[in-house]
Amino acid sequence: MELLIKNGFVYDPINGVNGEKIDIAVKNGKIVEKVNECKAKKINASGMVVMPGGVDIHSHIAGGKVNSGRLLRPEDHYRDFEKKTRITRSGVGRSVPSTFTTGYRYARMGYTMVMDPAMPPLEAKHTHEELSDTPLIDKASYPLLGDWWFVLEYLKDGKIEECARHVAWMITATKGYAIKLVNPGGLEAWGFGNNVSSLDDQIPHFGVTPREIIRGLCKVNQLLGLPHTIHVHTNNLGVPGNYATALETMRCVEDLAAGGKPVIHITHCQFSAFKGDDWRTFESGAEEIANYVNACSHVTLDMGQVIFTDTTTMTADGPFQYSLHTLSGNKWVNHDVETETSTGIVPFHYKRKNYVHATQWSIGLELALLIRDPWKILMTTDHPNGGPFIAYPKIVAWLMSRKAREATLKRINPKARSRSLLQSIDRELDFSEIAIMTRAGQAKALGLNCKGHLGVGADADIAIYNFNPETTDPSRKYKAVRRVFKKAAYTIKNGQIVAKDGEVLRHVNGATFWLNVQTREPAVLTAEMQRRFKEYWTVEYENYPVSENYLAVSHPITVKADV
Amino acid sequence: MSVVTAVTCPVCGCLCDDIELTIHDNKVVKVKNGCAMCEAKFMGYSSEHRLLKPMIRKNGELVKVSITEAVKKAANILAEANYPVLYGWSNTSCEAISVGIELAEEVGGVIDNTSVVCHGPSLLSIQEVGIPSCTLGQVRHRADLIIYWGSNPWSSHPRHIERYTAFSHGRFKKSAWKNYVTKIKALVGRKKVQSAIKRLFVKEKIPSAVALSNFRHTPYLQTGKNSRKLIVVDVRRTKSAEIADYFVQIEPNKDYELLQALRALVRDQELEVDNVAGVPVEYLEEIVDAMVSCDFGALFFGLGLTMSGGKMRNIDAALSLVRDLNMRTKFVIMPMRGHFNVAGANTVFTWQTGYPYAVDFSLGYPRYNPGETSVVDILLRKESDAALIVASDPISNFPRKAAEHLTENPLIAIDPHMNVTAQVADVVIPSAFAGIEAAGTAYRMDHVPIPLKKVVEPPKGVLPDETILQRILAEVKKLKQANVREEA
Repeated sequence: MELLIKNGFVYDPINGVNGEKIDIAVKNGKIVEKVNECKAKKINASGMVVMPGGVDIHSHIAGGKVNSGRLLRPEDHYRDFEKKTRITRSGVGRSVPSTFTTGYRYARMGYTMVMDPAMPPLEAKHTHEELSDTPLIDKASYPLLGDWWFVLEYLKDGKIEECARHVAWMITATKGYAIKLVNPGGLEAWGFGNNVSSLDDQIPHFGVTPREIIRGLCKVNQLLGLPHTIHVHTNNLGVPGNYATALETMRCVEDLAAGGKPVIHITHCQFSAFKGDDWRTFESGAEEIANYVNACSHVTLDMGQVIFTDTTTMTADGPFQYSLHTLSGNKWVNHDVETETSTGIVPFHYKRKNYVHATQWSIGLELALLIRDPWKILMTTDHPNGGPFIAYPKIVAWLMSRKAREATLKRINPKARSRSLLQSIDRELDFSEIAIMTRAGQAKALGLNCKGHLGVGADADIAIYNFNPETTDPSRKYKAVRRVFKKAAYTIKNGQIVAKDGEVLRHVNGATFWLNVQTREPAVLTAEMQRRFKEYWTVEYENYPVSENYLAVSHPITVKADV
Repeated sequence: MSVVTAVTCPVCGCLCDDIELTIHDNKVVKVKNGCAMCEAKFMGYSSEHRLLKPMIRKNGELVKVSITEAVKKAANILAEANYPVLYGWSNTSCEAISVGIELAEEVGGVIDNTSVVCHGPSLLSIQEVGIPSCTLGQVRHRADLIIYWGSNPWSSHPRHIERYTAFSHGRFKKSAWKNYVTKIKALVGRKKVQSAIKRLFVKEKIPSAVALSNFRHTPYLQTGKNSRKLIVVDVRRTKSAEIADYFVQIEPNKDYELLQALRALVRDQELEVDNVAGVPVEYLEEIVDAMVSCDFGALFFGLGLTMSGGKMRNIDAALSLVRDLNMRTKFVIMPMRGHFNVAGANTVFTWQTGYPYAVDFSLGYPRYNPGETSVVDILLRKESDAALIVASDPISNFPRKAAEHLTENPLIAIDPHMNVTAQVADVVIPSAFAGIEAAGTAYRMDHVPIPLKKVVEPPKGVLPDETILQRILAEVKKLKQANVREEA
């Protein structure tokens, strides 16, 4: 099918297009130079903004943890449901929507690719089954490898190459996309109810430190040449004073960077940018982090913005979730996974009038606005931890309009307001910067060459928003910004219009991206490995990997590594 | 003759995946590594009660028909029904369950799985309290205290103790098997001594032990540093109780009291009674000591807790107890799931609809209110007007009134066996055994997904549940479209 999008204001930062009126031609699911104007279906985008389809680098949408969250919160679903239509399946929503609803809601906002950031390798099949049931968007998932016994043991012995081969095997076996570290070392300690509190704490029974894990996996990532960097949820997350740990984490791989390319991604940075000694002296550490990030080039971050709403927090950081449970008294799910990782889930309500919550809200925006280069700071809520992804339009409005920020500032906790740096920040992002933070930058950080831009050869994933930047000032009309980003005028996936003005027109499967990492010497199944496998896990080696038939649409990316 | 390794056993929630089968002439002739239940299923699955032909009831008699006719009839029943129930699902693959949910949505019916009559209360309590849990390997590697409450794994999940808990061998904790053998030897020795004494002093009575020691099953103290302790709480001395270090014989329906008493003790409160649920407080204190002083404790609970007096309140208390224990040490809790894929049924239900069981699609979106939308209650209120039963036999185990209502309305059964439900059904469609004749996925009791293998071919013409359901779904969609066209 051919498609021609005419007269839109195109924002395509990767190709240096900044609001110019260009026609975009689409053929067979790809962007092409031109199409036959008579035959092609035309979309009149005049007076509208045209961007690549949105990409979300970090959003918990599938897998055992998310599903436990769904199970835990019937009260969350009662308020928000979607009826079955002739085209769409029914479902429930809010903070942990069912799979079909997740796909539809992302597509309605103009998003076309979402990364699920925490897949316990043992339960990878579950994640993939759910991803395959998430329609309209492409997706991928990061296996949790920071506390995997194999990694800990190899890094203790300093066997980086051996470690790399096994990580390669694991990513391929679980159909994963990147190396994810969550509170490295802390999760293994959580197996016996403990935690680590600094980068140099010894991990009980294993004799390595979080610093060694982060550096080791960073080197492994480079050896394997994976498209994304290591994706790190820092130690001490959610603890006052942890901005120092975040800085330390970024510093500890500084020397591994080469050629100005990023080597580490610090995810949901807001939760790692707390200053103060306890909750009473709690304040924002955004400025310190922004200063560091502005001065270096080896880091990318995402926001982890907080939204004032009731949500469901879920991370692999078991000890953090337990402390959140003791703090809030809310119901608590814990699920430790043998040999690999853990999980925790706690419902949470961020309140405007609460000093800590309001400050957290401020920190996210401070990070986004104080870091000068939008390629380094990407927009997320760490869905659903900071708030559900359906709140993205609100964040866009806050970033684009000082007036929008002031309107919210007026209503938050007075102490948080008086201490917030936002009062002193005038910066307002333009559509190009928003396009970077919500698609181009995300795709670039992920190393996805066919996403996040509208150049010839890119996937025809396009979002069109009914907003005329020539006649309307987003800074003053921030409510209009919110409205248009909530319901894209058109969402085009692989050259097909899948949603229009908030209505889903098609139920098609998106692809699941995964890395087929081929090492020169594969991690062979030696008798030794077989023995360890039997000892470490309670499933057979043969039943462990995810076969391709678990993926509705499989999109392998071959990575050749010289190890 | 061929040997298939790493086969997953489709019997109980343990989902052991190390079974080795020898296949000869499309038949399983040898089962290695399996328990008695596993062997019985693999060796005896194709019995004389096997269904081979689809059937439809005509003039009161079940008559053999073609699969196409049976599928059409089933689709007709479901499409015409106003409020059909779709029930079963715990003994089939996740792939089949997924189609079942779409079918329920399409016909605007209620879909429910067997948790409604087993661990439904556990799910309701998890929704209130949460659950600190883990995968079974975590227990194997770390647990030094294991509690079975209202569950008798020795008989119901025969390899649970050996593969995952007391007798398994982990990285940090070793198997208690040796202790057990020593214990048994000592026990036998003691019995010998006692009978010798008896023989010597026939007329003299052996002094009876004090009340407390009646409760102490074995006086042999665990001494090994890495040894594991096993506690069994049950109303009767089960096989599992025989191997336990502590056995708490509780009065029936007093679980809630005992759990709350333990919670109080864990929080260092004093109990002002001597006995709780028939157990001396002194003995409970000893047990609480073991609980708070362990490195990693695991509590497994079965239907003895979910289906005795108090139901979900029992589970509330158990979950809260374990949550409280996490203030003192590391403790986890896990329901002992029965059917091999009942956890999978809950899992697929939840990711597609948001709710684990009892999902009502009659308003076009998923609604969940157990008690209202759960299948037994619907049947007791005589609200449904048709039923599809997949891989289950509700007629033989539902309350009589509920079963009666099932038979009063059109009933479709998809099952490999001519079970009671199939015998009274109006449409019977034979299906292949998931995990033997059909591949797929199942979820272990700890939510680890494990693939099911197809090791032999099903009898000619017999299809997997997934395929049968897909055909019914396609037929229902066709009927609906025809209706829409007619209206237009």
